Amino acid sequence: MLKKYMKTASVIGLAFAGSLLFVAAAKKTITIKGSDTLVILAQRWAEKYMQSHPEVVIQVTGGGSGTGISALINGTTDFANASREMKKSEFNKLKQRFNTLGNEIKVAKDGITVYVSQSNPVKELSIAQIRAIYLGEVSNWKDLGGPDAPIVVYGRENSSGTYVYFRDNVLGGKDYMSSMQSLPGTAAVVNAIVKDKNGIGYGGAAYAEGIKIVNVKKDDSSPAYAPTLESIKNSQYPIARYLYMYSRAKPTGAMKEYIDWILSAEGQELVTKVGYFPVN
Amino acid sequence: MKFFKKANFRLNEFLAEKAIAAIATTSLVFIFLILIFVFRESIPLVLGYAMEEDNKLSLTALFSNNWIPVSNHPQFGIWPLIIGSIKVTAISLIIAFPIAVLAALYTATLASKRTKEIVKPVIEILAGFPSVVIGFFALMVLATFFQNVFNLRFRLNAFTGGVALSLAVIPIIYTVTEEALNTLPKTMTEASLALGATRWETSLYVLLPAATQGIFAAFLLGLGRSFGETMIVLMATGNAALSSTNIFESVRTMSAAIGAEMAEVVFGDAHYNVLFFIGVLLFIFSFTLNAIAEFFLKQRMMKKFQGGA
Repeated sequence: MLKKYMKTASVIGLAFAGSLLFVAAAKKTITIKGSDTLVILAQRWAEKYMQSHPEVVIQVTGGGSGTGISALINGTTDFANASREMKKSEFNKLKQRFNTLGNEIKVAKDGITVYVSQSNPVKELSIAQIRAIYLGEVSNWKDLGGPDAPIVVYGRENSSGTYVYFRDNVLGGKDYMSSMQSLPGTAAVVNAIVKDKNGIGYGGAAYAEGIKIVNVKKDDSSPAYAPTLESIKNSQYPIARYLYMYSRAKPTGAMKEYIDWILSAEGQELVTKVGYFPVN
Repeated sequence: MKFFKKANFRLNEFLAEKAIAAIATTSLVFIFLILIFVFRESIPLVLGYAMEEDNKLSLTALFSNNWIPVSNHPQFGIWPLIIGSIKVTAISLIIAFPIAVLAALYTATLASKRTKEIVKPVIEILAGFPSVVIGFFALMVLATFFQNVFNLRFRLNAFTGGVALSLAVIPIIYTVTEEALNTLPKTMTEASLALGATRWETSLYVLLPAATQGIFAAFLLGLGRSFGETMIVLMATGNAALSSTNIFESVRTMSAAIGAEMAEVVFGDAHYNVLFFIGVLLFIFSFTLNAIAEFFLKQRMMKKFQGGA
């Protein structure tokens, strides 16, 4: 009896495994992992691309730029999405493991948006003022032309590329003050600001809904700009960055076709739809 | 023929027994492997060769006051994380312990059968609540509520996290305490009532002290859960690594630090080793608590079986 069951079970098992293999062999799978800033855009790209290329399966997951790059180094993803440049140490690790140099592709442009509560009268801030807020040198809205209320500072978790970019480009590489509340994901920051009338936070433009976007000026004498297509394209908006996709080596085959499509007019049109800015 | 059949039958039994034993061993092996893995990854740190030459990490630096792991000059002071964990755990237990023990006392000794049948399962359902749901509730509802009531500067703080955490801890303390009270011999209640004590006096002065060991075990189990809980504190405490004693400021707990940072960390980096070291600390802590709790529970059971009370 037992033997008979085992035979049947093994036959079913083999058939199942075989069919899985068959499906896997027939379709090309591209895995993409990384930046939470890029994850929505990457999913849109994947959906659109799979519609016209049914033979390709694209799996997109988030987790943060660092997560994606770690996965690339560990060989568990084909592309890493990143909202910061890959570090030299990370390139070195990649070289050690795979003996490849890594390949960087700029896929979109993003303006880092600074948000405050809708009820906050502060309309514009200079980079120096934002830096002072995040370093803890200014702690009351009164000093920035707002009401007499303490500033509650929100930021991203240290696993995020935005965290690193903001530190290097707005804080001049100095560390955030220790009482900054770090939240997982831009959506969580936006949500916190919606509920906190004295809050300030930063993140990608794609998530900015139901809050006030602060205009940013480079220094006290220059005009303040909102993060718009125009101002980011002309590099007038002072905190704009590229978004990247990294692969271990120069992409070939299905991966190359996908990248080419992303950089084509059709792919870049989706960039604008999601709320980011095309690379060119 | 007959002989063979019999032997065959026994072979099956033998195999089945071994198979089940193997499955049981597997889970033990898994725990053991996890243990080895976690300890192994933190060893470079303990032996002091985790950092690259330019910034050496000593154990004294490890217990310093600044947790800035991702920086041009990273600092791995885990002291604020330890304080954070202790603060949140203390708040949650101060709230949860009295509520849970009194609730257990009520359902085990005073409540009518019908009330008990309603109250007990409801509290136990709370134990099955996904912690992410409790965290979400704290983030959206509790935080705003406490900010309005206490006029707080920070929405997300140790207090909010502690209150949310107590929701997860109450059912654990409740269940174990209730169990401890229920296993007390009936004769105790009867003797106390016969001596003229009221039911309330019996519960509070006779049954509750008699169940002390079980309640202590419940306390330790609740403590362990509270210390190790990640999702609720990650969502509700604001995650700023401060080492202040103010309960209305943000905290970053040890478990939340691992939860938030482990995914991103570069493998083999000093940051990676430090996170594993925190994992080891958490493990040692909860292992010790569980061992002590187990010891107390066992002792009580032994007494019961031997007829003592």
